[in-house]
Amino acid sequence: MTAEVHVALRGVGKSFSRAESSDVVHALGPIDLELRKGEFFAVVGPSGCGKSTMLELIAGLTSATSGSVEFEGASIAGRIPDGVGVVFQEDACFPWMTIRDNIDFGLKRAKLDAVERRDRVDRAIAMMGLSGFAESYPAQLSGGMRQRVCIARTLVMKPRLILLDEPFGALDQQTRLLMGDELLKLWRLSGATVFLITHALDEAAMLADRIGVMSARPGRLLDVIETGWPKERDSRIVEDPRFGEITARLWRSLREESMKSMGAAGASS
Amino acid sequence: MTRAGLWRIALVTGFAGAIEVLCLTGTIDKITMQAPHRMLVDLAKMIASGSMNAAIAKTLTNAVLAFLPAIAVGILTAVALFPFKRVRNVLDPLFATYYAIPVFAFYPLLIVMLGLGDAPQILLGFMLAVVAVIINTLNGLDRVPRVLIKTARVNRMGPLATAFGVMLPSAAPYVLTGVKLAVAYSLIGIIGAEFIMSRGGMGYEISFAYNNFDNAIMYPLILLILVVSIGVNTLLGLWEKRLMLRKSGR
Repeated sequence: MTAEVHVALRGVGKSFSRAESSDVVHALGPIDLELRKGEFFAVVGPSGCGKSTMLELIAGLTSATSGSVEFEGASIAGRIPDGVGVVFQEDACFPWMTIRDNIDFGLKRAKLDAVERRDRVDRAIAMMGLSGFAESYPAQLSGGMRQRVCIARTLVMKPRLILLDEPFGALDQQTRLLMGDELLKLWRLSGATVFLITHALDEAAMLADRIGVMSARPGRLLDVIETGWPKERDSRIVEDPRFGEITARLWRSLREESMKSMGAAGASS
Repeated sequence: MTRAGLWRIALVTGFAGAIEVLCLTGTIDKITMQAPHRMLVDLAKMIASGSMNAAIAKTLTNAVLAFLPAIAVGILTAVALFPFKRVRNVLDPLFATYYAIPVFAFYPLLIVMLGLGDAPQILLGFMLAVVAVIINTLNGLDRVPRVLIKTARVNRMGPLATAFGVMLPSAAPYVLTGVKLAVAYSLIGIIGAEFIMSRGGMGYEISFAYNNFDNAIMYPLILLILVVSIGVNTLLGLWEKRLMLRKSGR
């Protein structure tokens, strides 16, 4: 399969200098990776391996120390590109705004006309199962619903690339599986490229077309696994024997790295 | 009304009632204090006759002239300081010890500089109020969840749009605490300055009545000051409650 390259990371590395010392922490890379247009790519890796840094590099929220990040052929270099939406793990709803105003936030800033905005927000509210809550405030909603508000807020902007940083990390297992189903549906409907960071191997195995496995810090790509799932899929593929094989292969690659990162944490604490 | 609220009313009424009894029985003599019911009657008379209107208007106008700029300058200063960690490291301890300084000590200096008009009083009220707004706004800005700032960046908002569109609304409950303090502090600053040296205002009238043993004016004015400052604070408190209800989702 040779699809169009949507995002390209070439030799990307990131180092931080620690505050109040001259130590330089090598957090990430070098990483070479190409995301194909319209694919669902998941990244798994031990904690602290720089997964979130990688996402922030693609989002333009931070810039690479070495190498380059390109989106649709243009370099990002710390500039937030148009057409990219991000959903974070933490609750990013604005608590002082109603659900409708939250979802409308980006559209209003983009100065779209009122009818178009209303239409897009209404559809997002219906699609995300938030009907009846448009005029509620985030605090009146459950954690899962608030995360759906954040996803809706991203989707109404019709991004061509959706970056998700452990979006279901704070949710319980059942809600996560159902949110996974919804995410697959939205991905098919939107046609966007999805880049998902997760610490849950089963989530990656169920959702993604390809899964990148990262090493302990400094995070590098150890392996990229093609799941080979059909585009029309849902959480029921967890019954497929191949689901078990993929999860097992992920764990084989990750077990040693996770132990390394735990050892590093143990040594430094 | 909550149970705590009822207890609060009972406590205040009980206190006023006790003073009333002590005054009526002569335990507290007339020259020391009037009975609370007399204060109310005199206050009603005073308001009806309009004899204190000029003093009341002067004090309240000056308080507004002190606290509105204090709120604006306080919030803007906090927003401007917030990104500069090093500057804040220098200034934060100064802000923290600011209220250890008796600002009234500078009043004579302010009179020398600005004359015995309203200006030194307004400046004193402003000086007392502004730092409370700065401290509380900075405190609120420190607590804005990082993810909201990241969300603003993803929506390609600039620093100003982020500050006014995301950070200040998120910090609103803390800013409001600063505003409430600013109202109280500016009133204290104005009335205190009027007390020390002034040509008018409620503080001046209280001080004047006190020097002349004129309890029929002094106590009603004290009562009026209490009513005004508690009234303003209650209004702000109600507004704050409405904001918090949204946040807590009830």
